[in-house]
Amino acid sequence: VCVCGGALRVYAPRASFPLAKLWGSSLFPCQRQLPCCPTSHRPTSSQPHPIWPTAMPVRGYRRSPDLHSYNLTPPQVNSILKANEYSFKVPEFDGKNVSSVMGFDSNQLPANAPIEDRRSAATCLQTRGMLLGVFDGHAGCACAQALSERLFYYVAMSLMPHETLCELEAAVEAGRPLSPILQWHKHPNDYFTREAQTMYFNSLRTYWQELIDLSSPGESLGPREALLSAFKRLDSDLSLEAQVGDANSFLHYWVLRVAFSGATACVAHIDGSDLYVANTGDGRAVLGVQEEDGSFSAHTLSNDHNAQNENEVARIQGEHPPSEKKTVVRQDRLLGLLMPFRAFGDVKFKWSIDLQRGVLESGPDQLHDNEHTKFIPPNYHTPPYLTAEPEITHHRLRPQDRFLVLGTDGLWETLHRQEVVRIVGEYLTGVHQRQPLTVGGYHVTLGQMQGLLAERKARASLAFQDQNAATHLIRHAVGNNEFGAVDHETLSKMLSLPEELARMYRDDITIIITQFNPHVVGHQRQGGES
Amino acid sequence: MHCSCVWSSRALSPALLPRLLSHAGCWAPGTKPRGIWSSPRRLASAVETTQPIPLPSQARVVICGGGIVGTSVAYHLAKLGWTEIVLLEQGRLGAGTTRLCAGIVSVAKPISIECKMADYSNSLYEHLEEETGVKTAQYSLSEVSKLHPLVNIHDLVGALHLPGDAVVSPPDVNHALATAAAGHGVQIHERTTVNHVMMEKGHVTAVETDRGAIECEYFVNCAGQWAYELGQASETKVSVPLHGCEHFYLLSKPLPEPLQPSTPVVMDMDGRIYVRAWQGGVLSGGFEKNPKPIFTEGRNQLEIQTMQEDWDHFEPMLSALLRRMPELEVCEIQQLVNCPESFTPDMRCLMGETPGVHGYFVLAGMNASGLAFAGGAGKYLAEWMTYGYPTANVWPLDIKRFGNLQSSRTFLRHRVMEVMPLLYNLKVPRWDFQTGRQLRTSPLYDRLDTQGARWMEKHGFERAKYFIPAGKDLLSLDASKTFYKPDWFDIVGAEVKCCKEAVCVIDMSSFTKFELTSTDDQALALLQHLCANDLDVPVGHIVHTGMLNERGGYENDCSVVRVKKNSFFIISPTDQQVHCWSWLKKHMPDDPQLHLEDVSWKYTALNLIGPRAMDVLGELSYVSMTPEHFPSLFCKEMSVGYANGIRVMSMTHTGEPGFMLYIPIEYALHVYNEVMSVGQKYGIRNAGYYALRSLRIEKFFAFWGQDLDPFTTPLECGREFRVKFDTDIDFLGRASLLHQRQEGVSRRFIMLVLEDHDTELDLWPWWGEPIYRNGELCGTTTSSAYSYTLERHVCLGFVSPPSLDGSPAAVTPDFINRGDYEVDIAGQRYPAKAKLYPFSSLFAQQRRRKDEMELSNFQGK
Repeated sequence: VCVCGGALRVYAPRASFPLAKLWGSSLFPCQRQLPCCPTSHRPTSSQPHPIWPTAMPVRGYRRSPDLHSYNLTPPQVNSILKANEYSFKVPEFDGKNVSSVMGFDSNQLPANAPIEDRRSAATCLQTRGMLLGVFDGHAGCACAQALSERLFYYVAMSLMPHETLCELEAAVEAGRPLSPILQWHKHPNDYFTREAQTMYFNSLRTYWQELIDLSSPGESLGPREALLSAFKRLDSDLSLEAQVGDANSFLHYWVLRVAFSGATACVAHIDGSDLYVANTGDGRAVLGVQEEDGSFSAHTLSNDHNAQNENEVARIQGEHPPSEKKTVVRQDRLLGLLMPFRAFGDVKFKWSIDLQRGVLESGPDQLHDNEHTKFIPPNYHTPPYLTAEPEITHHRLRPQDRFLVLGTDGLWETLHRQEVVRIVGEYLTGVHQRQPLTVGGYHVTLGQMQGLLAERKARASLAFQDQNAATHLIRHAVGNNEFGAVDHETLSKMLSLPEELARMYRDDITIIITQFNPHVVGHQRQGGES
Repeated sequence: MHCSCVWSSRALSPALLPRLLSHAGCWAPGTKPRGIWSSPRRLASAVETTQPIPLPSQARVVICGGGIVGTSVAYHLAKLGWTEIVLLEQGRLGAGTTRLCAGIVSVAKPISIECKMADYSNSLYEHLEEETGVKTAQYSLSEVSKLHPLVNIHDLVGALHLPGDAVVSPPDVNHALATAAAGHGVQIHERTTVNHVMMEKGHVTAVETDRGAIECEYFVNCAGQWAYELGQASETKVSVPLHGCEHFYLLSKPLPEPLQPSTPVVMDMDGRIYVRAWQGGVLSGGFEKNPKPIFTEGRNQLEIQTMQEDWDHFEPMLSALLRRMPELEVCEIQQLVNCPESFTPDMRCLMGETPGVHGYFVLAGMNASGLAFAGGAGKYLAEWMTYGYPTANVWPLDIKRFGNLQSSRTFLRHRVMEVMPLLYNLKVPRWDFQTGRQLRTSPLYDRLDTQGARWMEKHGFERAKYFIPAGKDLLSLDASKTFYKPDWFDIVGAEVKCCKEAVCVIDMSSFTKFELTSTDDQALALLQHLCANDLDVPVGHIVHTGMLNERGGYENDCSVVRVKKNSFFIISPTDQQVHCWSWLKKHMPDDPQLHLEDVSWKYTALNLIGPRAMDVLGELSYVSMTPEHFPSLFCKEMSVGYANGIRVMSMTHTGEPGFMLYIPIEYALHVYNEVMSVGQKYGIRNAGYYALRSLRIEKFFAFWGQDLDPFTTPLECGREFRVKFDTDIDFLGRASLLHQRQEGVSRRFIMLVLEDHDTELDLWPWWGEPIYRNGELCGTTTSSAYSYTLERHVCLGFVSPPSLDGSPAAVTPDFINRGDYEVDIAGQRYPAKAKLYPFSSLFAQQRRRKDEMELSNFQGK
């Protein structure tokens, strides 16, 4: 998510945007400087706002950089695109994959430096199922980082039956080694914050102790309740940890960074034919459905929580007094500032003003010198304005459901979901969804045919050079030219942008593409019906 | 280039030509193939019937397949006087591949037997219309553009024009052959499917069709794409290793300025395409790098249905076409035709009697040259059935070069994907197939592989070519595909040197090994009948001998060990496994006391070559291995290391001193390890077949399949001393040999040592190079190698004196000794010294007795 960036990429004529650096120095080291680009109809924005820009955001990235950019060779382009790619194949037993998931491909392409997106994937070891999630941070990467490490543990705990939780507690009590809870599927660049692990564990333990207290033997939460509970609990823990602080000044600073930054989360839990999507914010989960004619159509499993979603606007307006109706959503942003309408962290939109001041005053010195920390959103009357409560969708997988694309808004604002599903579907099936050419009764010359074939070949070879569906999708998202075809020149320009300019042209993109096992999915379904 | 068309009957007027040509390649969608056959000319023929004629209950020959191949066989059998021939076609005549193929008869083929067949086909087809001569000439580029108005010559260096190449309409040839065959009394039945072939005691007895059974003596499987499945359908499965691939060609609409039908056919091997004139436009297809195999899972469709066009697949060929003929860009497309072709594991067709079943013949797997080969192949097969063997050496095409081991569908599918692109590839020396490998391996394979072995394959068996020393750059070694000095030159040189000075181990487990045993002397009697050399030797002796046919030609060249009084161990070349087996079986009396067993898989063979071999073995067995105690060509069962029962034979197939060890496979690793560890102090190392080849060729050893063939007699290659003329035993071929001895041989196997040939800079000889004597063509080479001892290239080959009065002239010593010989390598002639015997003087440093001369060899290539 970008705080000031455009929600939709529009095909507007190229405008010359003055690059405005909003923050002379960033609040948090890890937080990148967001260029905010005032539009012509809001000239007032020439006065940059301390933290949350009041300016109407740009509603479109620049089409293609016309500045002097380096020309990258195809191998250079590939090495950039493939730097973060990761593939996981569910292991086969006895030559057969008995899981409903065949595996997943994931990748991310930074626009911010450092990237504010995070991703996670893990298999639940104490319960069944697989968890996949993309997290889009804003105002820094800290909150997204915390989510990527912690959220799945919270979900896994919530899913565990009472007995398993008791065993776990007994093991901790007795100092015995714990049986592993999650098997992570991580790219080497996906890291954990080592210093915070003890604190994270203590919070988690408190959570499962509560879960034990609240449940009785033989009970466990269903996936829906589990996801809901996990999301809410983690957000409240983030908030609590920031309020309590830590004796260790590094950790104290860290928990504040986490709480004062924000992140959206789009998480899928797949167990057999049951697919649950829990979404907070403007990430999106889209299912690729193969129609009988072989073509692919998109089936969206989540709702975006932003101004484009009328229900969300209504929800927020309903949660606050009528007097705030005009201020609570302004310029398509929450309080005129925040694009996602639900998020983790972001305590500036959750805590009372007193609490914010109190916490900041007792916080480490690093915060004191910073003007921006004292900034309170305008019209801040009835907090909280923001929640991390997810919207949960359940979908029962059918044989025609081929794959699930989880992506941060960086993807969805460049490619339409239908296009995303088509590109991935064609890539995964290896068949380009194109009519086999027939000459029929048409008058086609050999030269025309050659041109046509050359173009089709170029498109096909693109798919061939990627071993990872997510990489292939990113290639399209970044490199598509006006004709919807990947164009090396566009790719080269977009990828060779200097760090400080990249964010003007694109957002961080994170994608996880999970492929379903149609045999197992169909089989289970039949079994379930009979 | 002459373009001839073949008329099937007089009812056809030249005015109909364009229409018929259109039938040849192109059906308008929706048009039923039936259309062409309902033309009046068809009704006039003897083949057409309105109601199916009942099938005869018996016949002499039943031919399955009414394509161009089947009709050609029927035609030639009938011409050779056969009667009661029935030809069955499951659909309509020529409805399979024949219907769609592009109609080019090219006479430029990789091997001579194929050229002969194409030549004959060409003249046969023309014979039905008119006579033309075959002339080959190099053309300058300006002439090329004159010959063909559309060819872009800017990136060409030269071109070859074959005026003998022809373009014909395959269905017409098919029809003409059918009509002619029918005129000779062949009964043709369409819409009759062969279900399977019945056999009894290894003989064809009848053919079961969907319209009843036909008793017959002979069955010919010409079922093209379906030949494999038909073979599998019989009671005793017959292996017909072929696999289909899709093949595409493009038909264009007429050019603004119509292309003349007489325009030459253009083949652009680099572009992988062929182009011919077609109805004022062009017909162009090709052999792509990424073929699409089809029908792997088998499909029993009647006729090849209209297959899907695949433009994306055709794109590289279209680009190649437009590169070669840019003006075609504006030409409109008529259609892209998908015409499946069948391919075999080695790019050569499958011909001959199947090994297991008498009377079951096959002619299939034409590798997209069906039209070019059908005439000649049909003739050879008819001769084969009539006389027991064709009039030319067809071993490269003999179906017995394959066995059941090449019959796996997966193997065929993978291999044909490699074979099809090769059709238009530059054929480099020492080509090894990359697919279908590691099927048969020695138990030492992994050991040798980790020591740097590079492999080649023969009859599915992996054999080491040479061993890359540790630390050598592998990348550069992979680029050994060259016509010049290959990069393994020094590696093999070192191996040869070690064979000469110390000792080397070569794993030669691929050899075919049979055991023939009997309770009484039946085994000896059989071998005395089949082998030219005298097998009545004391137990433990090894005899090198040929197995000859009636003509005195080599059917096999082998080493026979008399293991016991009535037990013989027969060692033959690797690719003789099927052929030799069937040759022995064919001549074996039906005697339960006589037993033949294939024991190839039971033994690992290690060849210890070199002067120190006896030291290594002596140390491992505590037995003196010196020539005094272990004479040459002798076999003893003894222990080597801990392993007992190893057959140790004092021969190396190279003329070098040393031993062959035949080791029961479970001892193979032990014996190898022992030999290597004891051998260390004698400087032992691994060596490969390339070293062996160099050694045997410099010693003038002929190799069956390369130098020797069923048309070569022992007298022609100086092996009279291996023929038991001094006994009264009437062995197979004796009469012919006696006759030849009287008349003198008209061709002679000689050894040519190249002079003034720069190994570093000149093109290397391979095989098939012309040999000139006093400036006159007198023969061709059959194999060649660099001799590290002579430091020269040695070519082996046959020469024959020019015939003066039409009858072959006998070779005289003067002809060999007094003549200036030259070997032509790619147009450059190199003087050569011709020899009838190896350079004994040069090998004088090696103490050898004359009886030690060991002239057998099985090593390939």
